[in-house]
Amino acid sequence: MERYEKTFLAASAAVLVIFLCALGYGSVAMDIHLPSHGGMIYCGAGEKLRKVLRKTPPFDHVGVQEIAPGKYQAVVIAHTWSFTPDEIDVPVGAEVSFVATSVDVIHGFFIVGTRVNMMLIPGQVSEFSYRFAKPGEYLLICQEYCGQLHHTMSGKVVVK
Amino acid sequence: MSTPVVSEPSGFALPQGQLNAIKWNIYFGFAVLAIGVIMGLDQALNYARVDVVQYYPVVKSYYQGLTIHGVLNALVLTTAFANGFIALTTARGLGRKLNDVLLHAALWTLVIGSLLAAYAMLSGKASVLYTFYPPLEANWTFYLGLALVVVSTWITSAAQLMALRGWRKDHPGERVPLLAFMSIATYVMWDIASVGLAVEVVVFLLPWSLGLLPGVDPMLDRTLFWFTGHPIVYFWLLPIYVSWYGLIPKQAGGVLFSDSLTRVAFILFILLIPVGFHHQFVDPGVSQGLNFTVAVLTFAIFFPSLMTAFAVMYALEIAGRRRGGSGLVGWFFRIPWSDPSVAAQVLAMIAFLLGGISGLMNASYTMNMEIHNTAFIPGHFHMTIGCAVALSYMGIAYWLIPYFERRELWSSRLALFQGFSYFFGVMIFSHALMAGGIEGMPRRTDMVHATYGLAAWKIPGIMTGVGGSLMFVSAMLFFFILVMTIVAGKRTSQRDLPFTATVQAPSTIGWQPRLDRFSYWVLASVILVIAVYGPFFLGHFPPRLTTPGLLYP
Repeated sequence: MERYEKTFLAASAAVLVIFLCALGYGSVAMDIHLPSHGGMIYCGAGEKLRKVLRKTPPFDHVGVQEIAPGKYQAVVIAHTWSFTPDEIDVPVGAEVSFVATSVDVIHGFFIVGTRVNMMLIPGQVSEFSYRFAKPGEYLLICQEYCGQLHHTMSGKVVVK
Repeated sequence: MSTPVVSEPSGFALPQGQLNAIKWNIYFGFAVLAIGVIMGLDQALNYARVDVVQYYPVVKSYYQGLTIHGVLNALVLTTAFANGFIALTTARGLGRKLNDVLLHAALWTLVIGSLLAAYAMLSGKASVLYTFYPPLEANWTFYLGLALVVVSTWITSAAQLMALRGWRKDHPGERVPLLAFMSIATYVMWDIASVGLAVEVVVFLLPWSLGLLPGVDPMLDRTLFWFTGHPIVYFWLLPIYVSWYGLIPKQAGGVLFSDSLTRVAFILFILLIPVGFHHQFVDPGVSQGLNFTVAVLTFAIFFPSLMTAFAVMYALEIAGRRRGGSGLVGWFFRIPWSDPSVAAQVLAMIAFLLGGISGLMNASYTMNMEIHNTAFIPGHFHMTIGCAVALSYMGIAYWLIPYFERRELWSSRLALFQGFSYFFGVMIFSHALMAGGIEGMPRRTDMVHATYGLAAWKIPGIMTGVGGSLMFVSAMLFFFILVMTIVAGKRTSQRDLPFTATVQAPSTIGWQPRLDRFSYWVLASVILVIAVYGPFFLGHFPPRLTTPGLLYP
């Protein structure tokens, strides 16, 4: 019976290695990346993060900007319980880099039906690039509990 | 030619005082579960757009109910059950009583801690959910209460280790009996894993909530939480593994095959503690390389679960064949399905297979981006903790309560029906949540009052409510059977634990005795923890406690 035991364990290990290869293939060959770290925002003692953000690029200019031909940057600030801005208009097929952070508690940034899904943590900048292949209106929601009106925290992404 | 997994197979009677302390841990846990389950009904129906929390006494909001549900079911119940059940299996495994003072101190610490946390949650001063991410800020009683809950596990662990030391002195050169080894390994794993949560609460959150610290570092606290927040899953699971490996084979009429394989599976859980970062795949401030390392470790943790699938299924196969089963799968139908304790736990194993596979999907960080913080996640963990663990608790209770009370189970047939109905309830519930999650339906969101919603969430939402209601009714049936057993079960003499035997006895020569040296595995685990977490924590030292709290959110 020890033979069965060894066979089963070898098969188990093989399955996990295959899964890991699939994960590696997705990361490297298909270039699927996780949200990246866009830096930190330091706030001195007694300073309000909200005020510091207003002076810190790119959060001094929220909203969508074309930063290079066909390349856009959408800068969003989350607070209890809304996104600023709460409507983001981007062209179809263009590379859009979402740069976002939170001024108060931990929030989420999830565009339903896409891979754009990141945590927004006070003092940390989150960044994620995405191309919308289809035009339409996408729902943007906060996916992390952030207080009593968490379920009202939403926005939209309009892709034209 | 088989070897029992306990020290004194002829029977060792635990003093009644110790048995009572153990019993009250378990009863306290189930009483807490009853409250948690009542809260859970609201969360399930909320997805179906039915608002029942408005009719609840005391509880005023969805999030308050959700906090109570998570804290009671995932932290208090699991701790109470483990403290009681694992104390029992350790004492019985070693054939030795535990330290009286420590055993009672653990129970009282747990009860007082739970009451403090319950006060904070019920008074609406701690609606911060089970993950209590700062800067959401709760009343200090919440943090102190949870800290005491953790301390109760350390006291239990100390009682176990003292008993082990005494046993070793009396049995030089002998192998630690398997049942005791599994039990002690569970707590050794948890002793290391719980450090993150303890530091978060005691060093940062408790002083902060008392006004002694100006603010918090949300990224650091979040990481400390998940340091414990993933291995806590093994703390829920391993007591169940103790039953699956050490007791179920006997209950089903079989034997466990390999002693060493079982020990190695438990040791792997001690080694692979640092995987908590996989809850932070989409966090800023966690590097790509770290994410990939943690994904590899998380896949590795699936390996001991596959070992368990093999070992436990083989034990059941031996049982099925002994009972006349034949063919490739015929044995499966011959295991004693009419025994409610066996049936519930085998159904729990089936749920765990599905829960484990969906867990691998979460661990694959590319796929995780589609489902992170969607309803897919509670869909996954209601198959693991909500079914594999909870239904096993129920199955264990079906022999444990008669054991405590010296009474027979009241209505074995109703208990059998209860196990199956709970299983099907969870299957409907979890499938619906996962289907909704793939469509982007969020978790932890008051859907009744949400200002948004998609048509694609409607059917999954309704089915979540249907499955959750079935789980609720079945759980209530479970409590009814327990109470009836305690007050009206037929009196009987006390039976011993249904401990199993192994075909391959533990070897006293070669490499195998080293498996019992917990210090080796603790050292290896600590080195791995430092390698994975060290750079992150160094980068966050000294912590920047500048983020103010959002009090009683």
